[in-house]
Amino acid sequence: MNRFEKTFAALSSANRKALIAYFTAGDPDMHSSFATLDAACKAGVDILELGVPFSDATSDGPVIQAAASRALANGATLQGVIDLAARLRAAHPDLPLVIFSYYNPILNFGLERLGAVLDAAGVDGLLIVDLPPEESAELTTQFGDLDLPLIRLVAPTTPPQRMATIADGAGGFIYLITRIGVTGSGTLDIAALARQAGELRKFTPLPICLGFGISTAADARQLGSLADGIIIGSALVALAHEAGEQAPQIVAERVAAIRAALDHN
Amino acid sequence: MQQPDINGHFGPFGGRYVGETLMPAIIELEAAYREAAADKNFIATYQDTLTHYVGRPTPLDYAQRLSIYAGGAQIWLKREDLAHSGAHKINNTVGQGLLAKRMGKKHLIAETGAGQHGVATATVAARLGMDCKVFMGAEDVRRQAPNVHRMELLGAEVIPVTSGTATLKDAMNEALRYWSATVADTFYVIGSVAGPHPYPMMVRDFQRIIGDEARRQFLAFNAKLPNTITACVGGGSNALGIFTAFLDDPVELLGVEAAGEGLDTMRHAATLNRGRPGVLHGSKSYLLQDKDGQILEPWSISAGLDYPGVGPEHAYLKESGRASYTAVSDDEALDAFHILTRLEGIIPALESSHALASAIREARQRDRNNHIIVCLSGRGDKDLTHVQQLTASKKSEVK
Repeated sequence: MNRFEKTFAALSSANRKALIAYFTAGDPDMHSSFATLDAACKAGVDILELGVPFSDATSDGPVIQAAASRALANGATLQGVIDLAARLRAAHPDLPLVIFSYYNPILNFGLERLGAVLDAAGVDGLLIVDLPPEESAELTTQFGDLDLPLIRLVAPTTPPQRMATIADGAGGFIYLITRIGVTGSGTLDIAALARQAGELRKFTPLPICLGFGISTAADARQLGSLADGIIIGSALVALAHEAGEQAPQIVAERVAAIRAALDHN
Repeated sequence: MQQPDINGHFGPFGGRYVGETLMPAIIELEAAYREAAADKNFIATYQDTLTHYVGRPTPLDYAQRLSIYAGGAQIWLKREDLAHSGAHKINNTVGQGLLAKRMGKKHLIAETGAGQHGVATATVAARLGMDCKVFMGAEDVRRQAPNVHRMELLGAEVIPVTSGTATLKDAMNEALRYWSATVADTFYVIGSVAGPHPYPMMVRDFQRIIGDEARRQFLAFNAKLPNTITACVGGGSNALGIFTAFLDDPVELLGVEAAGEGLDTMRHAATLNRGRPGVLHGSKSYLLQDKDGQILEPWSISAGLDYPGVGPEHAYLKESGRASYTAVSDDEALDAFHILTRLEGIIPALESSHALASAIREARQRDRNNHIIVCLSGRGDKDLTHVQQLTASKKSEVK
């Protein structure tokens, strides 16, 4: 079993939902970023997504765009994010680590060498927000026997027949986008979301996790009941930025509160 | 082989690289476009609108005094500056506007650099009774004030974009973000042969009328084909518009990028001359990017060429060797702007001035039996204030 399977199996047997956290890696710099992410993981994060800063983040709202700008201003690179992943791996041996990126930094890194570098750093999976199933073969064929699943997204706009295409070849978990729009925005339609999750369930045995615009413990409690886990990104990124040097402590407190809400479903 | 393939690939370039929220919309758009393109009524309406509203065919104009000035080859101008709203952009917005209407979409959005595509979209929105939002970099809003005013008069809302470098690429980022949130009832009118499939194919198809006409017109005048076609390339829609009809002919195709302050400085927008392949705004093509794959700030005197990417079909034409791509500096373009204005009584857009400068350069090295067609993609009214300031600052430098 890989770390995703172990994590979801353990959560499932304890009747708990996964808490997945997204952070823009290297915001505001790699040293502070490690401290915040390490604290978040200790406070109850089950899976960590490390966002690779990109200059032209077309799926992201202002919070993550600003985080990416800060990280890039302090010299963040994909290699730097992978190094951060290796440090987190050493500190958290069982935690699934996902590299979350736009495609251009990945492509620029070199697809031939990427798999081996990620594997050596202890990265468990890859989520590339602008790489749909139709275009992903050039990447996945480079991974050979490495167990590096691509985590795929399903949107509120995805029709059922397309879910099959997305689920085919997906790994880790499926990321079900809860709202139309960019990260950190939009209004939530619970009934439509429940329908979409139910529809998706027909096409995949993988865990389904919900993300985009989930910010509070109340959101977490409400949405946790609809799926196998929830993903929180912009809210934590904004909180860490506002907290400045207090970020590790304040983020850990928020993660613990969300964890508690999710567990008291 | 017919380009692109079924998934929108031009050789190794093109394709669809967008978030899942937009994937169903671009798949729906492709199906709707293919259906419309095969529908005689749709094509008849498109052509009829081009004839009676846009004023096509635009003339192919022999530039006698310019040719004498260059002292070599004969220079011909395909006068897209005479198309309604002042540039070739309207050919595409008529096509996409009619398609949006046919698909039952209520709202049009667009990105714009120089403002010509924004004006052309706002124009068509008024004509078709649709509402329109145009995303425009705050820096371009400043550089292209007359076009902002025109869009607003036409009833469009101009949304200044302050993120990133506040130019065309950022306007396109913001339009994509907005579209992600409104995709059900909104049609995104992309202005160049860029973006995810089907846009590069669809925009080329709506623009190929430029070359279809120019080829016919040149043959009628000269009973032979021209030697060279030249056009400026930012995203590259006017260039593909005029190139496409000549792809199978023994005719040289020469794209002209913006060399800004020089190809060896950091201040240029010469993506095909100085970039590397990558993925931006939904397709794989050449990009100006740093060693880590972050997009670089382009620079050009002309807002319409100030873009760090280029249409994927141009990347394919470059790699296949079918077209070649040169570059012209800010200063050379500005000179060509003044030369054409004085010699032919035509004030060209600064974008088109790059193609003119290249044509003058080429013509000098050729004999008089050689013929070059320049795609004069737009008129320069929008640039008058900018040119006045540039000329004034140059004069003060000389002093």
